[in-house]
Amino acid sequence: MKFAVKKALSSSGARVGVLEVGSCPAPIETPALLLATRKGLPHFISPELLPSLPSPDSNLLQVSPLHFLEGLSTTTISKIGGLHQMLGLKQHGIAAVPRDSIQCLPESKAATRLGASFETPCGRLLIKPKDYIEMISCMKPNIWASLADEVPAWVSEKRNKTSVDRTLRWLDDCISLYPAAGSIFGAIVGGTSLEERKRCAEEVAKRNVSGYWIGGFGLGEGIDERPALLREVMDILPDEKPRLTCGLGLPEEILQGIAAGIDLFDSTYIYSLTLGGFALTFSLDKSGEQHNLQSDQIGSDSTKINLRATAYRKDMSPILENCTCYTCQNHTKAYINHLLNVHEMLAQTLLEIHNTHHYLRFFHVIRGAIQDGSFEEFRQAFLESRREHFKGEAIST
Amino acid sequence: MALHFEILGRFNRARAAQLTLPHFVCQTPLFMPVGTQGTIKGLTNNELERIGCQIILGNTYHLALRPTSELLEEAGGLHNFMNWPRAMLTDSGGFQMVSLLHLADITEEGVTFQSPVDGKPMLLTPEESIQIQNRIGADIIMALDDVVKTTITGPRIEEAMYRTLRWIDRCIAAHKRPHDQNLFGIVQGGLDPELRDICVKGLVDRNLPGYAIGGLAGGEDKDSFWRVVAQCTAALPEDKPRYVMGVGYPLDIVVCSALGADMYDCVYPTRTARFGTALIPEGVLKLKHRAMADDTRPIDPTCPCMVCKNYTRAYIHCLVTKDAMGSQLLSYHNLYYMMRLSRNLHTSIVEGRFPKFVCDFLQTMFPKGDVPEWVCNAMEVAGIDISSCCAPFPSCQEKYSSDEIGTNDIHMELRLTHTSYRPTRNLEI
Repeated sequence: MKFAVKKALSSSGARVGVLEVGSCPAPIETPALLLATRKGLPHFISPELLPSLPSPDSNLLQVSPLHFLEGLSTTTISKIGGLHQMLGLKQHGIAAVPRDSIQCLPESKAATRLGASFETPCGRLLIKPKDYIEMISCMKPNIWASLADEVPAWVSEKRNKTSVDRTLRWLDDCISLYPAAGSIFGAIVGGTSLEERKRCAEEVAKRNVSGYWIGGFGLGEGIDERPALLREVMDILPDEKPRLTCGLGLPEEILQGIAAGIDLFDSTYIYSLTLGGFALTFSLDKSGEQHNLQSDQIGSDSTKINLRATAYRKDMSPILENCTCYTCQNHTKAYINHLLNVHEMLAQTLLEIHNTHHYLRFFHVIRGAIQDGSFEEFRQAFLESRREHFKGEAIST
Repeated sequence: MALHFEILGRFNRARAAQLTLPHFVCQTPLFMPVGTQGTIKGLTNNELERIGCQIILGNTYHLALRPTSELLEEAGGLHNFMNWPRAMLTDSGGFQMVSLLHLADITEEGVTFQSPVDGKPMLLTPEESIQIQNRIGADIIMALDDVVKTTITGPRIEEAMYRTLRWIDRCIAAHKRPHDQNLFGIVQGGLDPELRDICVKGLVDRNLPGYAIGGLAGGEDKDSFWRVVAQCTAALPEDKPRYVMGVGYPLDIVVCSALGADMYDCVYPTRTARFGTALIPEGVLKLKHRAMADDTRPIDPTCPCMVCKNYTRAYIHCLVTKDAMGSQLLSYHNLYYMMRLSRNLHTSIVEGRFPKFVCDFLQTMFPKGDVPEWVCNAMEVAGIDISSCCAPFPSCQEKYSSDEIGTNDIHMELRLTHTSYRPTRNLEI
């Protein structure tokens, strides 16, 4: 894996970078989105349709090794030759992170000094560094986060401090157990304590890692608490190594993370939208302005539409007129509305394709704004005009 | 008539043909996947095209409920609504009604039932069924027939057969789009050769674009099944397509094709995929089984589909019945298998190597030579020598076994001739 910063803004931490990951056909520009997966493949988008998403933007996937505990031994994964081989995704970059924020969630109450605990579909599991390394060495991802003890925002100071101690110790275990691996990203935790965040970042920065995985977010802290915590960490980390985070999924949170200097994001936003029957429609205008693209949409808030709404029963137009995704090029809102009504899986497939495509384009526009030097204005315009929409919807009768 | 049927090759009764429909030119024998509610469970149109699907089936009953045939008409038909560029067939709605609704009742007027939406009494008449199908706009539409289960005996079968004939006239009269939709008649008559014969003659008299053999694939024994198919294909016109409804298993399709049928539909490949079962030349592979957890071979090493080229049994095992993707991948493979089977049937007949194809198929499926007796009997009638696939076992050579007599409830002893079938037990007409 190779990473280089191409342009950094002085006004904020935002930067555009280039990531070269072994198997990808072309270098990937950052800030970038990692696609969420279940057992290595998208939840609904079939491998045949993955190439229809923008490339190489869509070539980065986040995979949780814990998913495979439900029926696939590490020996078998090894025999097959690792994740890329097993998933038929030889041209993709895979980042292994235990927490997937959907089904594998850190359970801080059950973690011990021996390992991190996760709630998974297989029940509550205690993952020790040795077991984790075994999974990683069999799976051979391009990037992997070291094992972390993530805690929610409301734990005691003592518990928070312990989580940093454990996370650092496990990082050292990971490095010593598997030094030659794909690229290890050192995990940085510390909850909502500025001192602990600083301490963790300082210690991790001393280790020989290829990048940083910033965890502990999306676990109960307020969105307004984050900038300070992020700044505390970013100020210490060397600029030339990539930063990956978990738990910042909404557009506002993405922008917040980018402003602080994060390069790679996973997000559960697309999955939640898809399950709810929502399709993203927010504007991808370069200025960030959220013009009312589709007015008079019932069941929508102008940033997304809910295709379950009866208003779409006879709507023979695509979700977004000039969207080039497979869904908008081939299908109408009426068809998706019907599929949702009759509980057909194709609805989720079509929505996941559109939402992923739209979000990847969002990242593309953001990168353009950083290149132009207009990122802060973009962010401002986006947040304000988006807030206006929400306010307007809330007040209207 | 809105179709063109041209036979390109034969072997005895089996035929390979080109079926030209308003939306697509198809090769027969062919299998039609069932897209009940306007979609084939989880697969996109471009995947279906990649797999080689030529015609898909839509269920009139389900579509009339949601999104309604009026909405489909407004959308320009189901083709437009789904954006499916190839051919489509809709059934009449009658079968679902009878099989899904406990309180359905069939009278001369039509099928009366309780609407599942609001419990109101409703009536599906032949006229209404055709009108709904006219609005949906499929290339082939099916007449409303009075279908009875083959496991039923008695005068009901006869009543249903004659009613089907009376209803076909009402269907023909109600059909407003004969220039771009082909109305197929359905041969009924249970397992009674005389009734079947009357029905075939009645439908052939109406000079329809194509004919279906209905009332089978419902639990009857295989021996009765193939004999009805054989009788009907022998009597139906050569130059029109023959569709065996509800079939089915790959073995059944091979046998029926040998006997002269052209088209098939069944939920089996996609439904069994959702339960974790893959179709392979040897039979089926149950991916849920623990033994699959460390099997690193593809589902079918001879299959060139995307799933077999990229994934191992072990990986699919960890997905099936738990994740949507498992269903999708298995449905993809199973449908690919069926399309490959269809293509192989067509090509082997055209290229004059159909008997070899049948033998290879049977040898792979029955490596010990234990080809079921009904298959042996059917192949004999079809004039295909499969002795090389059968173990030297006496019962395989017999036309019918004396063990059968008296053990079967609906047993009818049939004397095999190539020209006519006569029951030895007299039925009242």
